[in-house]
Amino acid sequence: EEEEEVEGWHQLYPGHIPTSPLQKALLAAGSAVMALYDPYRHDMVAVLGETTGCLALPNLRDKMKNHPEGYRILQERPRIRLSTLDMARLQGLPDGSLGREYVRFLEDNKVSPDTRMPPKFVDDEELAYVIQRYREVHDLMHTLLGMPTNMLGEVVVKWFEAIQTGLPMCVLGAAFGPVRLSTRKLQVLATELVPWAIRSGLNASCVLNVYYEQRWEQPVESLREELGIFSPP
Amino acid sequence: RALLSPPAGALRALRGLAAGPEMHFGFQSVTEEERRERIYQVFESVAKKYDVMNDSMTLGIHRVWKDILMHKMNPSPGTLLLDVAGGTGDIAFRFINYVRSVRERQLQRKLKHHQNLSWQEIFESYQKDKFNSLGDSQVVVCDINREMLKVGKQKAQHLGYSEGLSWVLGNAEELPFDDDKFDVYTIAFGIRNVTRIDLALQEAYRVLKPGGRFLCLEFSHVSNPLLSRLYDLYSFQVIPVLGEVIAGDWKSYQYLVESIRRFPPQEELKAMIEDAGFFKVDYENLNFGIVAIHSGFKL
Repeated sequence: EEEEEVEGWHQLYPGHIPTSPLQKALLAAGSAVMALYDPYRHDMVAVLGETTGCLALPNLRDKMKNHPEGYRILQERPRIRLSTLDMARLQGLPDGSLGREYVRFLEDNKVSPDTRMPPKFVDDEELAYVIQRYREVHDLMHTLLGMPTNMLGEVVVKWFEAIQTGLPMCVLGAAFGPVRLSTRKLQVLATELVPWAIRSGLNASCVLNVYYEQRWEQPVESLREELGIFSPP
Repeated sequence: RALLSPPAGALRALRGLAAGPEMHFGFQSVTEEERRERIYQVFESVAKKYDVMNDSMTLGIHRVWKDILMHKMNPSPGTLLLDVAGGTGDIAFRFINYVRSVRERQLQRKLKHHQNLSWQEIFESYQKDKFNSLGDSQVVVCDINREMLKVGKQKAQHLGYSEGLSWVLGNAEELPFDDDKFDVYTIAFGIRNVTRIDLALQEAYRVLKPGGRFLCLEFSHVSNPLLSRLYDLYSFQVIPVLGEVIAGDWKSYQYLVESIRRFPPQEELKAMIEDAGFFKVDYENLNFGIVAIHSGFKL
């Protein structure tokens, strides 16, 4: 019998699929191509992130470890899911607060925090959480940056995330995302939105070090200031 | 979706007490019932992307293998074929194409002999035969999985196949057909997924007419050591990745490559076919044994 089949027995977390370096390389290439070819394959974007994040993820994890709030997040491992969020309470919060604006964002764009893919190809249990956290916090990025979930908004958020996290998947998304935009949108993107996203990304402290679940009442403006995100154009 | 579970002797022992003998599902150990269920789920989930995946994994070569099977069968018009585990219809459609072209040649030859008839008579005889373009040949596609049959029927409609084609939901281990019914029985890339191969072979024998032929196209064993290593590398490293990228389903394709390794090699399968009562059992390796066609006759 072969040696390869034993891979299946080294599961580090539920959903984990252990992979060889060759498989990761093939997955990275394949998922990149597929994500470009069929933008609706969100699972491919996720796989790309997991297979290329081997440098960026430990980096992020260390940033979190060295920050008091980030450290707490790593310890407590909070998850943003419909089952853990008290939607009624968040809706009742005053306008302009993080909680109220987050719920408004979810409703306006008809998205749910539960559609995030769980990690499969990250070979470290803590790093798997880090990438999971990054995915779940993505919608909050939209809220903080005031960007909708259309192609334009997504690209802007990707630029911000690319600077913030250094994840190759974000960099690729930021670079190739605009390919499908109209010239008018590209203009707005290039002249106003991207420079703002870059400036904010560089200026802001690490967005993964924010325990969002404990700051629902905080006004979005104040959180932006605290983090160092400039007001959206 | 816990397709991979940690090896636990205790767990296995407990399951052993619960229900039935131990079997393999790829490289895992499960009960018979579990194995049937898991395989059903695998094909339910891959059905829509089945054909795309086949082309990607085999770089289109699976089409050649199936063509070779059809040429080996060399059916004449009037043949009644049962294609088991025929899911998406690849064998059935090839069969129809084959008998149709044989029939056309038959008709052309007939026409040549009738050149002394009047225009009217030639026209009428041609019209009459045109409605029998298959020459009464028929193929029954039998599959245990509803999703696969669904895809097959859709394909048939899309490609324009209707005459001489039937779709039946059934289990290879217990076919819903009477004895001595079919001229040919085929099972292409299906017998590997049957839980009790011996029962499937017995059923094949039962439903074939005396003189009928059994044909099995299946992944087999590569004896050449260098090629075997390359094949393993490709199977284990590339195929699950293709499954994830194309079908979003790593695990079903991991199962696929494992099940190929677990399947009996050429000689062993030959012996099993002989045990079921078939005579003149033989096999032909394609691509150095990556695939093999086994053949036997009911006398």
